[in-house]
Amino acid sequence: MMKNGGLREYRSASWDEPVVMELGYPGRRGMVFGEVDAAIAAKVGAAEALLPAAMRRRRPPALPELSEPEVLRHYLHLSQQTLGMLGVNLFGTCTMKYNPRAGEAVMARPQVAETHPLQHADTLQGTLELVHGFDLILRELSGMDRFVFQAAGGADAAYTHACVTRAHLAARGELGKRDEIVTTIQTHPCNPATAATAGFKVVTLMLDERGYPSLDALKAALSDRTAALMVNNPDDMGIYNPEIKEWVRLVHEAGGLCFYDHANFNGVMGKLRARELGFDACMYMLHKTFGAPKGGGGPAVGAYGCTAELARYLPGPVVAFDGAKYRLDSDRPDSLGKVREFWGNVPQVLKAYAWARAMGAEGIHEASDLSVLANNYMEKKLLAIRGVTKSNPHIDAWRMEMTRYSLGVLKEDTGVGVADMQHRMVDFGVDAPWLSHEPWLVAEPFTPEAGEMWSKEDIDYWIAALARVSEEAYRDPEIVKTAPHNQSIAKIRTDGLEDPERWATTWRAYRRKHRKA
Amino acid sequence: MTERPGCPSVAHPYMANSVGAIKAAMLADIGAPSIEALFEQIPADHRLRRPLALPKAIPSEAELRRHLLGVLAKNKTCEDNLSFLGAGCWQHHVPAICDEIVGRSEFLTPVWGTPSSDHGRNQAWFEFCSQLGELVGMEFVGLPVYSWGCAAGHAIRMAARLTGRNEVLVPRSMDPERLAVVRTYCEPEALASHIAVRAVDYDAASGRLDLADLRAKLSARTAAIYFETPGYLGTVEENGAEIAMRARAAGAETIIGVDPISLGVLAPPGDYGADIVVGTTQPLGVHMNCGGGVGGFIATRDEERYAREYPTLLISITDTLKPGQIGFGLTLAHQTSYGLREKGKDWTGNSVYLWAIANAVYMSLLGPAGFRELGERIVQQSHYAARALAEIPGVRVVFPGGFFKEFVVNFDATGKTVAAIDEALRARGIFGGKDLSREFPELGQSALYCVTEIHDREDIDRLAGTLGEIVQ
Ligand SMILES: Cc1ncc(COP(=O)(O)O)c(C=O)c1O
Repeated sequence: MMKNGGLREYRSASWDEPVVMELGYPGRRGMVFGEVDAAIAAKVGAAEALLPAAMRRRRPPALPELSEPEVLRHYLHLSQQTLGMLGVNLFGTCTMKYNPRAGEAVMARPQVAETHPLQHADTLQGTLELVHGFDLILRELSGMDRFVFQAAGGADAAYTHACVTRAHLAARGELGKRDEIVTTIQTHPCNPATAATAGFKVVTLMLDERGYPSLDALKAALSDRTAALMVNNPDDMGIYNPEIKEWVRLVHEAGGLCFYDHANFNGVMGKLRARELGFDACMYMLHKTFGAPKGGGGPAVGAYGCTAELARYLPGPVVAFDGAKYRLDSDRPDSLGKVREFWGNVPQVLKAYAWARAMGAEGIHEASDLSVLANNYMEKKLLAIRGVTKSNPHIDAWRMEMTRYSLGVLKEDTGVGVADMQHRMVDFGVDAPWLSHEPWLVAEPFTPEAGEMWSKEDIDYWIAALARVSEEAYRDPEIVKTAPHNQSIAKIRTDGLEDPERWATTWRAYRRKHRKA
Repeated sequence: MTERPGCPSVAHPYMANSVGAIKAAMLADIGAPSIEALFEQIPADHRLRRPLALPKAIPSEAELRRHLLGVLAKNKTCEDNLSFLGAGCWQHHVPAICDEIVGRSEFLTPVWGTPSSDHGRNQAWFEFCSQLGELVGMEFVGLPVYSWGCAAGHAIRMAARLTGRNEVLVPRSMDPERLAVVRTYCEPEALASHIAVRAVDYDAASGRLDLADLRAKLSARTAAIYFETPGYLGTVEENGAEIAMRARAAGAETIIGVDPISLGVLAPPGDYGADIVVGTTQPLGVHMNCGGGVGGFIATRDEERYAREYPTLLISITDTLKPGQIGFGLTLAHQTSYGLREKGKDWTGNSVYLWAIANAVYMSLLGPAGFRELGERIVQQSHYAARALAEIPGVRVVFPGGFFKEFVVNFDATGKTVAAIDEALRARGIFGGKDLSREFPELGQSALYCVTEIHDREDIDRLAGTLGEIVQ
């Protein structure tokens, strides 16, 4: 067995790596392109003369000058100075799952990587077949009639919905009249934010003691100004709103559309569908639930699906199939236009397709089983740790795939809060957990999500790390408060970050502000 | 341990706990009678009552790979064919180490950690911002947004908030694909914070912005003038400084869109009057990925006025508690939708941050000399191609001077449509440039050809020779 209470003595690599702008030597090259062909030079002359004089660059950019292996080593060092899920990562609301490397390897091949979105459809039949195949898989999972993949993230899919709502209202002559979108405080912030960006007013419902807003609160919010409901369910406290069907009925009765942010799909996939609950549209995050990698924040995909009635408003082009051939249909007069250029982060869509095929119906069913089982397993063990409580403690039901916890007691007892905890957890090779969206509804919140990938041993390890942090907090809080101790760098100073005189998002700004000669 | 109906009978390779004994042990630990019991919160009439009807599972990696490759073999690629497609997604050389670095698990798979545990990744992001800042001539750079069009959309909304005005001028020659995105970002007329998008004509001879039309349309309603160089039709906007000056005089912001790969030879927009610079990141070390390689950025002067309008994540260099050590942390995060929900600046979410790392690697590989050499090579090759094509009877280059990598080729005098020509090219292993005939009817049967460093003289001669045969 491992010593140290089962916890590893993790040490991050620390290369003390300088900023790339400080590296190199004048004249060094990392990439050369060779001399232009003599016949070309002879025909057109020097490049300079081919560009308008006023628009030529006069001063070279102050970029570093490095050889190729230096660049490689620099960025390898940076990768090693990133914990990046090499230990255990239970980052809640993001469903940390395995990103199958088979998908990585296949999508890196020229059949995907070296294709252009404007190629003739005849030359993209393979990609179109897989994209269409994945659309069919998502239709079955959701009951929706059609999916598009143009949205470059979950929030962009929420934005897509706000724009579909605009198009729908415009077609009915109600744009500008129905100008409110209803959401809940436990719905992801991207929903109200994209609704507002699309020009809607936002009405946010608060929770009652059951952990979700009451039907009365909803009824009071609905009117002939209601354009849509945007909501996620379950939420990230692990609570499922059992009245959601009635919500949808009421919103429809008031004349609004219903959008299901189904990013918290991992615990219910295969168990319930947007269609049966009555929703008009839904979205899935392929970089969350469907095995596509997160890339530290994308490239991502918000797969947006809707009913046949709304499909005419979808951003285009959409993939069409006549039984023999695939094509891209851009001739859609009612389309909302585009939320992003081209038709989506195609490799991510194909990786999600590969993941869904590898899992199949049984694997998907099993994955939601395991993620809910693992969460409840964790919950039992975490609540046994001194100083840890959960949100809505009086709700006596098994939670879904996540539970929201609180270190409020620990903080009161020891002065150690969630930020300190995060800094200490990483010392054991565990990525810091997600806390909570703002506003915080419980004190000192944190939200792990076990998902289906991690082994029982991994989950036990994570629990042991938190138990250790709690034990330290009660015994010697300074250990936690001065953490991290085993990382590439010490805790950063945040006092200058909000100060215009001191913040620096580029090396140039840093030199000007901090290294005045 | 009873088997649960519908679950795999063999442990699945992606799921460590899909072993009967483990599940049983975990259930026993928590005292639950069954896995099904854990779903008690969901009312029975919400549940799907039948198994999902999905294609048969392929848990075997070997089989899955065969299936995927079998279908993808139906594609034709820009590697096996000679492609001249650009128009928002460009075929440039992707250095091998860009792929190696973005394939590292530490960068590929996670989301967030702490500034200490994510130090390397944060530094790579800062280096993306720092190097891009050098190229565009700006000191304040955000982490990337989804695309060039999305960047332009956000920048226009920033300008509208900054000026309190609600009209933006854009070139009529703008990429309709990108314009469609911008229109989506500018709310429609029926809504309170509507932004009107007005097109400024382009000069038929040069492709540049028509200054007379610009003067006529600039007004006290103008929040911003947005233009690009090189523009969609390939031309370099020679009057950038004058346009920016006029915008300033009218109290409007100047937003300039650029392809940063051109900035080894073209002037940084910060030098000729840009207030906000936007553009693409895909050319900097990211494969086309069928359009899934696109990304965008926003950069400005380091002034609070602009900084406080950014919808992007922003990462700043800072000190750590250890003297002399540097670290990186988010700045101005509270103004995003994560901090303020609907009161935040537009919205923030997952974007294309992995590509920012590819971009950082790319910029450090090229350095100042690399960008210059690359830019010169592209300019010479594209002009060579334009001249070679212009020598074909019936073929005309519409804006023959002063472009970067793309140029408009007109086929009217050949009597053939671009579609017919493209089909014939395709049969000979060549992807012709993007057909402009529907987007810009006034240009007749024209196509937008793109030539980069990946082409060589034989490629261009082959294109010219093949086109010559086709249009004869
Ligand atoms: C429920 C929910 N909706 C939407 C989003 C936003 O997704 P993205 O960051 O991809 O835009 C998230 C992010 O994790 C989420 O958890």
